[in-house]
Amino acid sequence: MEANIFQYEFIIKGLLGAIFASITAGLAGTYVVSKRMVFLSGGITHASFGGIGIGYFIGINPVIGAAVFGIMSALGVEYLSVRQKIREDSAIGILWAFGMAIGIIFIYLTPGYTPNLMSYLFGSILTVSNADIIALGIMSVILIFYFGIFYRAILYISFDEVFARTYSSYVDIFKYITTSLIALTIVLNIRMAGVVLVISLLTIPPNIAMLFTKVYFKIVLWSILAGFIGTASGYAISYFAGIPVGATIIFTLVIIWVIAKVISQLTKKISVSGKGELEMDKPLKS
Amino acid sequence: MVSLFEMSSLSASYGTSMVLQDINFRVVEKDFIGVIGPNGGGKTTLLRLILGLLKPVSGNLTFNSELINRNRIGYLPQISTGDINYPVTVADIILSGLMIRKGIISRMSSADKSKAAMVIDELGLSGMAGSTLNELSGGQIQRVFLGRAIIGEPKLLLLDEPGNFVDSTFENDFYEKLRELNKRMAILMVSHDVGTISSHIKSFACVNRSLHYHPSNEITNEDLLSYNCPIQVITHGEIPHTVLKYHK
Repeated sequence: MEANIFQYEFIIKGLLGAIFASITAGLAGTYVVSKRMVFLSGGITHASFGGIGIGYFIGINPVIGAAVFGIMSALGVEYLSVRQKIREDSAIGILWAFGMAIGIIFIYLTPGYTPNLMSYLFGSILTVSNADIIALGIMSVILIFYFGIFYRAILYISFDEVFARTYSSYVDIFKYITTSLIALTIVLNIRMAGVVLVISLLTIPPNIAMLFTKVYFKIVLWSILAGFIGTASGYAISYFAGIPVGATIIFTLVIIWVIAKVISQLTKKISVSGKGELEMDKPLKS
Repeated sequence: MVSLFEMSSLSASYGTSMVLQDINFRVVEKDFIGVIGPNGGGKTTLLRLILGLLKPVSGNLTFNSELINRNRIGYLPQISTGDINYPVTVADIILSGLMIRKGIISRMSSADKSKAAMVIDELGLSGMAGSTLNELSGGQIQRVFLGRAIIGEPKLLLLDEPGNFVDSTFENDFYEKLRELNKRMAILMVSHDVGTISSHIKSFACVNRSLHYHPSNEITNEDLLSYNCPIQVITHGEIPHTVLKYHK
């Protein structure tokens, strides 16, 4: 009986986690992929590992440490790229490794209990607490409202920042807020997918969606759906096969992407050959 | 003629380098001004001042508030500013021209959307409302950005080097379109390609740190000499041309 209740809770947690992860990753991921910020997001992810290490060392919730590190590094890179005083990709590369180094040093220095490094690097549903799920749920609501209310402003600023500056003085504020929200999204999803894999949770679903649509909000919707199928089935497979959840989710998403790619190529070929036939008809008629 | 805006003894700089100095310039309704001058001479800076993106270090820029304010300026930047692979449709790009009046929390009404559809038809982009820029030709992309600049029915249209990305087959159509638009709005067109500037232009502003305005009727037989560098025009046969007076 107790085992059943445990299983039930486990399934509910996994399902809610999958829903919230796919909503947050779909919204943040579409922004990141469209704006070509994938490398920056990778940098934020790995920098936040430094916060996890310091969180453990000083005895606070490591997610809070990660959030602080993630947001600070995101704002730092945005600020530096606005100033254009530094090569952005180099700055991100340095941040990337520096965050990891700090994280490992402080986890090593933490006396007594050493946390399971693997669960942070590759994700583990077992370490996901109810509080983590609630935080992801709140993040989903915040992102839905933020992107819902400011949809056009966000879309137009990331499409053409120079033009946006001609009509709005809020361009920089929007960039900073959006990047901070993306950093938070990444940090909250680290528990699910892990530092190493979380970036794929953001980037694979929009790339699946973009095979079939080019309208921004449709990409968001399809990303959420693709993300949900990937995370939920990856979660189920990892449960039954007893393999790490983060890796299984990413593996499942890549398989979905490959299948989607094949389908989109086939439909393109069909429509192209259809066109060819029509063109062949013309000279015959004339 | 009623003026739209007036610059008086206006100077602008980036940091310590003075780009424009002591500019006196008046733009009247429905003028069509070709802004010419060498690279780095301050042409784009002039546009940035008008758009309010750059504050002058001294002098004044006053708009005739009965006719125009910064919300009634259309702007066609150089092509390099937008990412042509971004997942945004032609219709949505054109609608973004209304953001200046709508504010950042904006919903586009059905009236806005039908206005966008009208602009799309007017610019010969019918059937491309749902396309993204990477599916269009250079000339079509330019028309999309022109659509974004004119959807708000501006009183003044600023064009920054439109010749840069015009495909030659579309060039005539484009200038013809500008001539039509010129019936409704003043146009200020930046170009460094003095040789092929459109014959629809009514007047010239030569910008090289200073600004010299040549009104339309000022055609003389003196040699073309500008920026302290004599220019010889070489052409075959009968080509319409304009010769401007010496700068005093």
